[in-house]
Amino acid sequence: MIEKTVVKVLVPAGALGIPYDRDALARGLTHKPDLIAIDGGSTDSGPFYLGTGTSKYSRSSTKSDWGELMAARAKIGVPLLIGTAGTCGTNSTVDWLVDITKEIASERHETLTIAVLKSDQSAANINGSAALGRMHPLEGAPAITSEIIEDCTNIVALAGAEQIQQALATGADIIIAGRTTDTAIIAALPLVRGCHKGAAWHGAKIAECGALATTNPNSGVILMEFDQTGFTIIPMSDNASATPQTVSAHMLYENSDPFILYEPGGYLDVTDAHYHSVAERSVRVEGSRWHDTTPYYVKVEGARISGYQTVSFVLVRDSDYVSHIDQWVSGLETVFASKMYDNGNNDVALEMRIIGKNATLGALETDMASTPELGIMAIFTAPTQAKANEAAKILNPHLLHMPLTEKEPMPTFAFPFSPAETDRGPLYEFCLHHVCELDTPMAWFSLDVIEVKADG
Amino acid sequence: MAKLGTLVHKIRSKNAGPFWLTIDIFCHDFDNFSEISEQLSTAKVATLFGTNTSHIKRFNIAELQVIKFSMPRPHIQGVRLDRDMHGASFACLLEGFEL
Repeated sequence: MIEKTVVKVLVPAGALGIPYDRDALARGLTHKPDLIAIDGGSTDSGPFYLGTGTSKYSRSSTKSDWGELMAARAKIGVPLLIGTAGTCGTNSTVDWLVDITKEIASERHETLTIAVLKSDQSAANINGSAALGRMHPLEGAPAITSEIIEDCTNIVALAGAEQIQQALATGADIIIAGRTTDTAIIAALPLVRGCHKGAAWHGAKIAECGALATTNPNSGVILMEFDQTGFTIIPMSDNASATPQTVSAHMLYENSDPFILYEPGGYLDVTDAHYHSVAERSVRVEGSRWHDTTPYYVKVEGARISGYQTVSFVLVRDSDYVSHIDQWVSGLETVFASKMYDNGNNDVALEMRIIGKNATLGALETDMASTPELGIMAIFTAPTQAKANEAAKILNPHLLHMPLTEKEPMPTFAFPFSPAETDRGPLYEFCLHHVCELDTPMAWFSLDVIEVKADG
Repeated sequence: MAKLGTLVHKIRSKNAGPFWLTIDIFCHDFDNFSEISEQLSTAKVATLFGTNTSHIKRFNIAELQVIKFSMPRPHIQGVRLDRDMHGASFACLLEGFEL
């Protein structure tokens, strides 16, 4: 008889920096997990973080949250793994978290080994792949050229389970990974220990947002148990329950297809998965299937600067102007275009969003409810910051004083700030939604092990 | 005529990566799901989002009593003309839709 393998992965929260229930984490440790795994980011906060290679969370709050997980790891002596470190998972944010980790270890006189998996790619890698016909657009991908690739300030490839397994195999106490898929950090260990492949990936997808697949998303901590036939999700908070409904519904979340999930090396199909309650608050899932595919693809992400922005705000409270806001805004656009033409400037784009009318949905808005005041957010986008700022200053007197008609006294609108315009810096855009073929999973990734010695 | 948001349990929208938007309509029960999925045509949703039915993927998931629509984002996340970085406000369009 083959002994049943059970791999337990403790997921403290949907991402490092998101609050979780401290008691639930303590309870999770008593279950003796084989691994503590947490996600460090995603593209969800926008292209700025990948573009700049920076974290959206502060260093001090990251140090505090990461320090708690390092203490949890030290307590039970199992590896702690983070994927997509520092929001975007570039080499710079990996180094940033390694630095924080060393600082915490030094303060605690802790001896550690840290495995560092990096995902950055050169433009040459990407263009080379494209030239060989080894790069393919995913549905909805923007058109690209080799110049666009070269313009990228950062490009990363998303590591899958294979690269994470290499990092785990170093035996390091802590694994800090650059960009990975959200699921790979949870699926890697059960896969390498021979658990059911469909269950490993499906369970990883369910667990990637922590307790979001339970009745109490804010409790954060869940324990995932994987074996040869399926997985079980066990919420660690007293106030959270997993139900077949909460677990199966999680496949909808941030997924364009609720049944199929593509990952490096294959895809998951949960069409025939069945979910049933076990114990009081846990759910058992079996029947999900994994399909290996060749060649081996990894997804790539890149961001580049598409312009520089300056933003001006003005508030309109006069009821006559509020009721004729489209006419007033259109008048401002005409004045702006004419002034820019006179100055020989034709490369500044102005967009006026009317807050209180349709700033969120634009032309798609269907609700025409009226409000006593409106805010105008004038966004200037130009090839340089100086040009964007100059354009905002050109519109400034009109934004403050332009009358609806020639026959009325000069109005003055409300500027909430002085100066009225604020430079926003560079505007980044995502410019890759592609997969690239690799000869071996590690071809585009690097792995190093760092020893941190307690200084006595 | 009633607004869709008042007829169902919950409507949410969210990015599915920077290039796609996905919208989930959670119905109260199976009857509610059957009724809404019959009345809410993909063509109506396409018009509401200023797109074409061929760009919309639709999933009627009876087991969950959920109707799901996925489509390319009206603008790619974070580009100059994008207005909502996380895409959660697009649900309001469907909530206010008179069925």
